[in-house]
Amino acid sequence: MVMEIVCPAGTPAALRAAVKAGAHTVYCGFNDETNARNFPGLNFDRAEMREGVGFAHDHGSKALVAINTFPRAGDQVLWHHAIDDAAQSGADAVILADPGLLKYAARNHPGLRLHLSVQAAAANADIINFYACTFGVKRVVLPRVLSVPEIAAINAEAEVETEVFVFGGLCVMAEGRCSLSSYATGLSPNMNGVCSPASHVEYRDENGALDAKLGGFTIHRAAKNEPAPYPTLCKGCFSAGSQTGHLFEDPVSLNAEQLIPQLKEAGVTALKIEGRQRSKSYVAQVVRNFRAAVDALEAGQPLPQGMLARLSEGQAVTTGAYKKTWR
Amino acid sequence: MPHTQPQIPICPAALAKLLRLTPLVPVSLSLTACSRRIANRHPGLFRRLGEHSRKRFILDPADLPVVLCLEPNGGQPKVRALRGRSEGDARISGPLAALLGLVHGTYDGDALFFARDLVIEGDTAAALALRNAVDDAELDLSQEIAAMSAPFSRFLLRAVAYAQRRTGVSLARPEEEAAW
Repeated sequence: MVMEIVCPAGTPAALRAAVKAGAHTVYCGFNDETNARNFPGLNFDRAEMREGVGFAHDHGSKALVAINTFPRAGDQVLWHHAIDDAAQSGADAVILADPGLLKYAARNHPGLRLHLSVQAAAANADIINFYACTFGVKRVVLPRVLSVPEIAAINAEAEVETEVFVFGGLCVMAEGRCSLSSYATGLSPNMNGVCSPASHVEYRDENGALDAKLGGFTIHRAAKNEPAPYPTLCKGCFSAGSQTGHLFEDPVSLNAEQLIPQLKEAGVTALKIEGRQRSKSYVAQVVRNFRAAVDALEAGQPLPQGMLARLSEGQAVTTGAYKKTWR
Repeated sequence: MPHTQPQIPICPAALAKLLRLTPLVPVSLSLTACSRRIANRHPGLFRRLGEHSRKRFILDPADLPVVLCLEPNGGQPKVRALRGRSEGDARISGPLAALLGLVHGTYDGDALFFARDLVIEGDTAAALALRNAVDDAELDLSQEIAAMSAPFSRFLLRAVAYAQRRTGVSLARPEEEAAW
């Protein structure tokens, strides 16, 4: 069976581009705090969501709605309405992280398929099976901190499908629990839906070098001809004493394209491409590339060599934790 | 559509020199008329700007001696061509070909930014909102201008296609590749 390509759609135009480029499935979110890509100018209003889901279905693709932030106390109704409206739009599944929302969806929309977001940071078979048994979750998006053998071990015990990230921004934190961005900006990726919100990002030219700041903190300084990063704290370059370096991770992107055969061998059902904040041009290029790769794998042909590095943050890519040697 | 961003073409010096002598008032009036037409045909573009729809954007083609000051005015846009340094809430600078490529969806904005072909200054959220709104609108500037230029529209579109082939600059929305 062909591995499913799950593709980002930050706007209706990106959704159409992804579907036309061969996405088996697209995922998108409403234009509010209920999804973890709550950036200005992005996402879907209710009418756009209905049209987008319809467009995907008309072209043989599935559409998932990410409602993967955590409701604030007393404000759950915003998240409940998002689940209700996603169900009404005909979405094939909702991607949730909060147990309360999972319970709400399971109780009020028993026919709605539930996927567990990477924001839930479910990284072992016991917790995955708990979500499956308790709420009827059918698929889990695994955190980007697992090696291929660890994923295989999870799949050997898990009762549900697994989906893993193969391309795009690389988060190595316990997703859904990281407070680095909150510390610098006062806005939470997990509750407001924005890691390193653009409203707190500032770029400043310092004699040809580019300073990238977040909430007033200089996160990175790129020399004149160096690639520019987006200032996320976990990818910042810091000085302490006489040493300067990337404390958590380099500003590179994930590209696990060449690991697709091993991921299939490990029992993975679906491959996720990160990047709802990226343009329709990016989405179309990446989706075509990965669709060609999974089709080649299915046909027993060699995987096409990727040419996507220039699209990546830092213009450099890594296989991330999938082939880690540091732990 | 290429799998990687190609080299960005730079505007010929002769054209830049010509622009130094061009009176900017008629240019501004034409650009404003074009932006109003776009606002009528793509109202979603200005809705997507949300709280940023009353900001002032400076679009700075770094290879030309003019900048464009775009004021969306909540859907009643105004565009002025200006010489010299102009202030706005957000400034987006880069070669003209990069800015046109962004409008037509030929280039990915983040990739241009990572490669330092595009520079953002000022209100990053406003710049991001504009980038996302324009990306979603699926604009074709050559079609918009041609529609305003009847009865010369057919000639104009042919000239645009020729210029695009010769220069490599994205002057129109690229034809969509066949669906998968």
